Amino acid sequence: MYQINGYFEASTIKEAIDYLAGNENSQVIAGGTDVLIKTRERKSGYTDKDLVGIMRIPELKGINLDDDGNILIGSTTTFTEVEEDEIILRNIPSLSAACGSVGGPQIRNIGTIGGNVANGATSADSASTLFAMDAVICLEGPEGKREMPIKEFYLGPGKVAMNKGELMTQIKILKENFMCFKGHYIKFSQRKAMDIATLGCSIMVKTTGNKIDELKVAYGVAGPTPIRATEAEAMAKGMEITAENLDLIGEKCLENASARDSWRASKAFRQQLIRELPKRAIKIALGGGE
Amino acid sequence: MLKTINCTVNGRAMELQVDVRESLLDMLRNRLHLTGTKQGCGVGECGACAVLIDGETLDSCIYLAVWADGKDIVSIEGLTGADGSLSDLQQNFVDKGAVQCGFCTPGFVVSATALLEKNPNPSKDEIRRGLSGNLCRCTGYQKILDAVESTADQRRNK
Repeated sequence: MYQINGYFEASTIKEAIDYLAGNENSQVIAGGTDVLIKTRERKSGYTDKDLVGIMRIPELKGINLDDDGNILIGSTTTFTEVEEDEIILRNIPSLSAACGSVGGPQIRNIGTIGGNVANGATSADSASTLFAMDAVICLEGPEGKREMPIKEFYLGPGKVAMNKGELMTQIKILKENFMCFKGHYIKFSQRKAMDIATLGCSIMVKTTGNKIDELKVAYGVAGPTPIRATEAEAMAKGMEITAENLDLIGEKCLENASARDSWRASKAFRQQLIRELPKRAIKIALGGGE
Repeated sequence: MLKTINCTVNGRAMELQVDVRESLLDMLRNRLHLTGTKQGCGVGECGACAVLIDGETLDSCIYLAVWADGKDIVSIEGLTGADGSLSDLQQNFVDKGAVQCGFCTPGFVVSATALLEKNPNPSKDEIRRGLSGNLCRCTGYQKILDAVESTADQRRNK
């Protein structure tokens, strides 16, 4: 038995928001692969809650293209659904791969992309790719709707810019942030499944001939929240793709990172990964080996 | 707090009163006495409690019983024939010696059933990936993979 006070199944966004705003003790639950674990651990703030289930709200599910060609991902779309979705596979295969690298089949069948982000973990597999594409987080609350860039959404470890009563409804990826880009995500972990990334690196690159027009490098576990290597990105603009330049880019990526020691890996090892993984990811994204 | 749910368990439609605090695993084992589904880690890491929900493999320990409302649930007991005969996959687990202590077996059979349903011709890597949410602490993985592979082979050659 879980130490839960009550359970409310919301069937519309409004119902969920009304309940969340009207009940101080409420807690949103989607797939439950984080919330229920924390409840079981009796983590403070996660026991005796009135849970609000949002998995049966149809508007929060599924992946669509809007009239402008932007991709809209409903917050309760599961990892398996994102991984196998035609729109995602065609336009942003790196996000498919990122979602496919989460946990194991049972977790991917119920864990949601919205939960992955709302949970605020730096290690979230989908987050670095969403950072690389400057995803927009769409929220709805008692005061109405608002949108914010994903980098402003993350405030610190486990902390996100969501107010009481607010619900994440969608993750929006603007066309200009994936069209003509090639991307790749590398999850570096001890095991191939059921593991948390030692370091995650997602890149998006746009090239003309052998020149980099635009590069975006995002990391998970290279700091307290997912980050972008903005210094390296600025430097990479216009660079020729050569082994030496890729080394320079990898080295420059360290400037935005603040890796640390943990039982999973040392700071020095993480820094080596921060240098190395974008190089590999760029090569793979551009069709090179590895 | 009790809630009434309607669901199908192993082909039988039923109406149940469940506690909002209980997991689907609790419901299957304690209310329906379907004790084939095991509790291992209790946190969704080992897969011993896997059941099929609308055809997908899911860990019932981190699935609230109230979520089962309107769902079609199949536990290990529902995979055998009406006369209690083993499914072809279960028979292959027996024939290949894929069972040691047996505690992980129901979860593996459930996940492998879902895998073969979705992908009738899985490669070795796809089998490994499809079963990656299930742990066997006797570490008898190879024979489990063999059992799944031969089931796929046999179905193909039928």
